[in-house]
Parts: sequence; structure tokens; C-alpha cells
Amino acid sequence: MTAPLEAAEPAVQAAGPGDERPVRRGTLQYALSKVGGALFSIAMVIVATFFVFRLLPGDPVRNLAQGRNMTPAQLDLERHRLGLDKPLINQFFDFVGNTLRLDLGTSYEYKRPVLDLIGERIGPTLLLAGTGLVIAVSLGVWQGTRAGWRHGGRFDRFSTGTSLVLWSVPTFWLGLLLMMVFGVGIGPIPGVLPFRGIESVDAPDGFAYLLDVASHMVLPCLTMVAVIYAQYLLVMRSSLLEEVSQDYVTVARAKGLRDDEVRRRHAVPNALLPTVTLVFMRIGFVVGGAVTVETIYTWPGLGQLFYEAIVVPDFTLMQGTFMLITVAVIIMNTLADVVYHLLDPRVRSA
Amino acid sequence: MTSVAAARRRQALSRFWADFRRHRAGLAGLVVLVAAVLLAVFAPLFIDDSVTSVVDAPGEEWSGPSLAFPFGTDESGRSILLMVWWGSRTSLLIGFLAALVSIVIGMVVGIAAGHFRGWLSAVLMRVTDWFLVLPSMVTALVLAAILGGSTFTIIMAIGITTWPSTARLLRAQTLAVEARPYIERSKALGGGHWHITTRHVLPNVAPLLLASTTLEVASAIVTESTLAFLGVSSNKTSWGTMLRGSYDYGAATQGAWWYILIPGLAILVVVMAFTLVGRALEAVLNPRLRKAT
Amino acid sequence: MTLLELDDLSVTYRIAAGEVPAVRGVSLTLDSGAALGVAGESGSGKSTLAMALLRLLPRDARVGGRILLGGEDVLTMKWGRMRAVRWAEASIVFQGAQHGLNPVRRVGDQIAEPLLVHGQARPEAARKRVSELLEQVGLPTWRARSYPHELSGGQRQRVMIAMALACSPRLIIADEPTTALDVMVQAQVLTLIKELVAEHDISLLMISHDLSVLADVCDQLAVMYAGRVVEHGPSGEVFHDARHPYSRALAAAFPTVGDPASRMAPKGLGGDPPDPMRLPGGCAFHPRCPVALEECASLDVALWLAGPGRTAACVHVREKEGAS
Repeated sequence: MTAPLEAAEPAVQAAGPGDERPVRRGTLQYALSKVGGALFSIAMVIVATFFVFRLLPGDPVRNLAQGRNMTPAQLDLERHRLGLDKPLINQFFDFVGNTLRLDLGTSYEYKRPVLDLIGERIGPTLLLAGTGLVIAVSLGVWQGTRAGWRHGGRFDRFSTGTSLVLWSVPTFWLGLLLMMVFGVGIGPIPGVLPFRGIESVDAPDGFAYLLDVASHMVLPCLTMVAVIYAQYLLVMRSSLLEEVSQDYVTVARAKGLRDDEVRRRHAVPNALLPTVTLVFMRIGFVVGGAVTVETIYTWPGLGQLFYEAIVVPDFTLMQGTFMLITVAVIIMNTLADVVYHLLDPRVRSA
Repeated sequence: MTSVAAARRRQALSRFWADFRRHRAGLAGLVVLVAAVLLAVFAPLFIDDSVTSVVDAPGEEWSGPSLAFPFGTDESGRSILLMVWWGSRTSLLIGFLAALVSIVIGMVVGIAAGHFRGWLSAVLMRVTDWFLVLPSMVTALVLAAILGGSTFTIIMAIGITTWPSTARLLRAQTLAVEARPYIERSKALGGGHWHITTRHVLPNVAPLLLASTTLEVASAIVTESTLAFLGVSSNKTSWGTMLRGSYDYGAATQGAWWYILIPGLAILVVVMAFTLVGRALEAVLNPRLRKAT
Repeated sequence: MTLLELDDLSVTYRIAAGEVPAVRGVSLTLDSGAALGVAGESGSGKSTLAMALLRLLPRDARVGGRILLGGEDVLTMKWGRMRAVRWAEASIVFQGAQHGLNPVRRVGDQIAEPLLVHGQARPEAARKRVSELLEQVGLPTWRARSYPHELSGGQRQRVMIAMALACSPRLIIADEPTTALDVMVQAQVLTLIKELVAEHDISLLMISHDLSVLADVCDQLAVMYAGRVVEHGPSGEVFHDARHPYSRALAAAFPTVGDPASRMAPKGLGGDPPDPMRLPGGCAFHPRCPVALEECASLDVALWLAGPGRTAACVHVREKEGAS
């Protein structure tokens, strides 16, 4: 990892006491270049969205009409209303302008601005995905550390096996199974947990309401954690293995540190850096999981909104939610990049 | 000259096989994988599309496992066992072809980005990174929804959203291979871009490509089923559409656990098999990984 | 006074494929204030030997024999005592230029760590001691706040040495302390080690594949091959007038600076070190030996007297010395 830095040994620097204290710079520069890259990516997303959604086979208006009977005059009117009678280039600039003004159009299904719909749905998603992510990362890092530290042992084999299975399971199937077992119940055993929506129909007020929501969250959260935590476990485990084989860990032991001190003070913090970064780099995976989980448990979040847009299909809504999700993922990635840069002195000056 | 090279490759292959055989999990995966593929390929000798027909379904609706229907029936009385068997054809076909699309794009982009210098390489990496950031499942859903559900569009949607990791892997490999001295020699002897990439780089990265293809098939099968579950499918019976059906018709509330369990288990077993084979291949090819796994 | 005594030390790794003998019956002694060099190719067992001294070997290693450090057997110590001995009694200088320092912690904290662990200083005092140590190894005190990657290879090696001195140990084990450094930097680091060891009256056990480096620093040299000591004696004599053909090849592999003769005959050694799981019978070196006799394939060699204070495990030595 540090090898490239070692390429040229500056003989002058080795002279010792005489050398100058280096000035630290570059973090801001790095952050700016990353933000620039992110802005470019976001611009690309907007452009790509425009063209992909105009690739629609057939007439977009007819697609929207969904086989409903419309006279040619009505179709023309609708086309004019959507600006589809203008040249493509004008449409493009209209689209970009609207998007930048956060005007994401009006949902065909809901007859309401897409942005409003997103605003209503974003809270539940953040609640579910955020909780799931925190649990999954903590669990994955903890179990990955234990597995990697005693690697080859029984706990390690068990953990690796479990995560391989979970890795191979489709999220939605696991969700269906959990729903059947704990929500509906099998045979004589009744289900104990709610599995539809975020709250009960006759939801109480105050603290009881929180409990109600929490109970609704158990199954969706469990599904999400089960699927995404496996990769965190595997990543943490292999990062730790990488660190444990390094000389500095042997040095730490030679210094007389206890086994757990070596792990806590040296190996784990170092393995954590790449792991957590990777976690946020792969946030897109969590988003995919959220769409599925929200669909199964009819959780009123963004994922479910996106799913509705797909099945209707409501292209304006699909377009808006897609752009929002993608831009959010890009921002998270950039953030992870910059934070990693701040935390890891190795890349900081590289 | 060629016969020497051929003999050397044969030898390398037999050594590879000897190494692979020591990975018991990988070997077990290979057996399952071959069995699944054979079953899917030869299914038409025993059954046909009629097993998915709602009209002349042979059994009672929602009947549990019995001698006639070992895995029970669905909401129209069709045999789950036969549907899973027949559906394996679509699931595996999409899995293989989507992986192929993904690997081919990734291979071309990756090798080009590693082989060429300057702006071409920079642009290719920029594009790769851009695709890598996109949430692949969401993007595949949008693409498939827009292009309309058909086997072809689903294959393309999966392939187009999953190639970047292969491209990155191959770029690194290409850079490593081209840093070796004999590439320099080949260039000095007048080897062109095509010669170097196809004669030197490709044979060197081929084994690794095999490993990532195997893993890619695994994830493509999962993605296909998820797309089908979320309402984007090719209208052919696959494991994903079956599970979608189980959800739509409320198999959970009907207590028809077999309807949910069996198609999912089919996915799990096949995907596990591919994953184990892929990991074993990786371990054999990359001794550094061997220690870590 | 003897500080360190190895008595028939053996280390065997148990892996899936079987048992791998890495060190096979090594007996060596090191007096207080003396410097002993252990030379050999990679795979000769010299690094395993160094790690065994503080029981730093992986769990799959089986250690036999005795390691007496100041009269106490390291191998039978309780864990608590072992931890107390580590670094306080004997510290290690690793190849700091590579990965011996934790890349994400400031070097000052890493130097201070053993002081705090062994309760030899409170944080404030430790900081003062770190400055002192850095000055001793010729680094400016503000370097305590640097990260390893901000230092050159030579500077990192100086940090490693400062770290090793932190608890004022009686023994320093230096494992390839100058490998991967420039020749110039190498010379500086060696001089530094020599000075500090002499100044603080510390014993030094230095491991290297480079016989000339060892001869420069150490009083005594032991050459290892396939897990055994094949030659032992005063370093000048072993380096310039090796009795074992392997030591001769090792000495010739690194030309002596300013000696035209060594440039004329830079003869390396053919072949590779033997696979420890399939050691050749008789003298383990005989398949690569330029002067091997027929009997070498079956004869059990041992360290035979090869002059005053010298031993070598070669049949030629036994014949010569036996005759005289």
C-alpha cells in the first residue's frame, strides 16, 4: 500500500536534522477535484436520463395514456402540454432547466408534482435504510473482526459460510420468508409482527406511536440487515487479514501489548478505514435493497414510490425518483472519498 | 512452436485442474452447476411449455406437497416442481447471457483502458467510474421498464449495469501484464495493438475472466429474479416470476409455504454453486487470495 | 556474563501439508554488550530464530529446546511475564523501511507506546523521552508528529531504532535492519546502531543475508543454512576466511568495497535453498556444494572445531583439523 511512495528515496531528506518541516496542503484541492468530478457525474446523469427516457419505444403520450381511448386532438393537446411537439434540442434545454430548478414534472398517476411526492416519502426511507445500515455496518464490522482475528477458526468458518449463503439469497425472497414466518405465521403458529406499512390503521399517539412504528420496522429492517451485512463482514474480515499480516502488528505484540490491545489499537482501526469507505462506496447496493424491501412490506418510502412508478408505469415519476436516487448515491460516494482522505494520513499527502 | 505452446497450455490446464480439485466446496459447486445446466438443457425431452399453462393445470389449487406434486401446486393448480424445472431454462439463460454481455463489455473497455495511453484511457476510466457509481439495480429496473419486458431487454439491462467492475479488474490486469519484459520485446518486434492485446494480454487474463464470469452469472441470476419480482420480466416462467406470482396471489396468507420456499431454494442452490466455483477459481488463480479465504 | 543462550532450539511449523522444520537444533550464546550476527539466505530459518526469541511466532509453530534470556527460560514463561519481558528486556528493530511502523499513527505515539504499556512513564514524561530518543537517532524532535509515510526509508529506520531503545532494553534484535535502503543510508544506519549499542552497553543480535554488513557490526558471526548453524566464529575470520563452502559463497555474493579481488570473482551460488519439507540427506548443502564429496550425501555433519574459537559443519574441516 505504501510501496508507490517508496519509489524514490530522496537521499537529501535522509540527512536528518537539517530538513525542513513540510507544509501540509492538498486536502482542499483534493476535495474540490472530487466535488468537481461529482458535479460532472450528476450532469451526466441528467443528460443520460433525458436521452434514455426519450428512447421509449413508441409514442410517450400513448404510453402515458395506457391504452385509454383518446382522440387525435386530445393526444395533440397532451403532447403540446408536455412540450413534446417542440424540437428535441428545445426539449432538452427545457428539461435541464426544469431539473436544475428542481421541477421534476407532474406525476401521471398521482396528478401531483414529483418533488412533493418525493418529499413525503423520503422520511420513511431514511428511517428504514439508515437504521438498517447502522445495524448492518456495526454487526458486519464486529463479526468480521472476530472472524478475521481468529481466521480459520470455527467462528470464522461459520461466519464466512453464513455470509456466503446470505450473499446468494435474493433480498426479496428472504423478505417473503420472514414475512411468512414472523408476519403471517405458519400453520398453528401465529405471526407476531406487523408486515404492512409503517404504522397501524388505528395508530395511537405519543410514545405508543413510536413503539407502533418500531414494531413495523422490525421485519423490513431485519431483511435489509441480513442481506447487506454479509458484504460488510467479508470486507472487514479481509481488510483485517491484510493488516494482521503486516509487520507493525508483530511490532505491537513485541512491544508487550496484550492480544486485545493489539487488535483494538492497531489492527482494527487500520482495517476499519478501507472497510467503511467501501461501505459508502457501495451505497447503491443499499438503495437497491431498499426498493425491494419497501415493496415487500409496503413501506411508504422512496423505494416503494419508485416501484409504483415502474409498475404503472409512470415515466415522469420514474425519471424523477431515478435522478434523485442516483444523485444521492453520487453525493454519498464523494463524501466517503473526501472523508477517507481526511482520516487516512497515507492518502492525505499522496 | 505452436505445438510447444499448446503442450505448455495443456500442462498448465492439468495443473490448474489438480489445484481446483483440492477445493472441496468449489468441486461440490461444480457438480451442482453441471447438474443444473444439464437438467435445464434436456428439460424439453421430458416436459414442455404446457407445465406453465393455467388452462389445463393438472392439480387442485394450493395443494400441499403430495406424491403427485412433490412440491405442491400454485394458485391455479400447476405443479411447482415442473414449473421450477421449466423456469430454470429462462433463469439460467438470462443469467449466462447477461453475464456474457457484462463480461464482454467489461473486457473490451478494461483492456482498452489498460492498453492505450492518454485521453482514450482517461475517457474510458471516467465512463467506467460513472457507471460504477450508478445504483445498478435501480438503473437496470429503469432500463428494462423503458425498453419493455423481453428476454433480450432484461439481458441487456443487466449486462449494461454490471460491467464496470470487470473493466476495472481487467484494466489493472492489463497494466500488470504489459509491464512484463516480453511485451516490450513483442513491441520491439513490431507487434501491433491487436497482436499484443489478443496474443499476450488476453491469454494471461483469460483464467481470471473465467472466475469473474462465474461470479457474474451468480449475481445476474439474482438480479433477474429481483427484476421479475419488481414487475419487470420477460413474461416467461422463471424463478423470479414464480416468486412474483406467490406474492401477488398471497401465498403467505394462504399458508402455501412451498410456493415461496421452492423457487427461492432453487435460486439459492444454483447461485451458491456458481459463487463457490467462482471463489475456488479465484483462489486457485490468486495464491494471495488463497490465504485470505 | 552470558545474556542470551540458545540451547538446541528448534522450530517446526505445522501446516496442512505436514511439518516444516524451520530451525533445527541451534545453540548459540551472546554475552552482555557483545554483538552476534546471524547470516543466511531467505528460508534459512534466521528470521524464525529471531521471532522465536520473544515468542512472536504464529500459533502453528512448535518450539523446542531452551531460550535463556538473563537466565530465565523464555519458552516456559507465563504470558504476563512474557509481555513484561517483551521490549523492556529485549526489543526488536524490524525492517522499518517496509511495514514495521503503523501507517496511520504518528511516529511519536508509536515510540511512546512501549513506555506507556510498561508503565515506565506517564504521557508527559513519555513525550519528553520521545524527543530525547529522536535526538539520539539524529532526527529533529518535531518529527514525532509525522506519519511514517512522510519519512524517508532511512528516517523510518531511525524511528524504529529510537523505538527499540525506548525502554532501555538489555538486548536488541535487529532483523534485516538495513535491507531496502540505499547504500549511503545503509552505512549511516549501521554506524548509528554501532554507536548506540556501544554507548548504552546493549547486546545486539543482528540478522541479515548480507555477510559484509554483519562483519562490519558484529564480533561473532553464525552462518545458517536450512535451519542449522553451519559455521560460527569471530566475524572477521568467518567473513574473510570462511571454512564452510556455503559461508564462502555468501561472503563472495557481496563484493567488499575497494577490494578488486572480490570484484573479479563475484560468484553467486547455483540452485535454490532446499525445501524444508524435503531436506536432502547427509549434509543439507551437498546438492549445491562445489566441493561436495560422495560421502556428503549420507554423512551426518555436525559443527566441528575449525580453529581457535571457530566451528564449521563441513567434512573438509573435520579432515583438515583432524589431521593437524
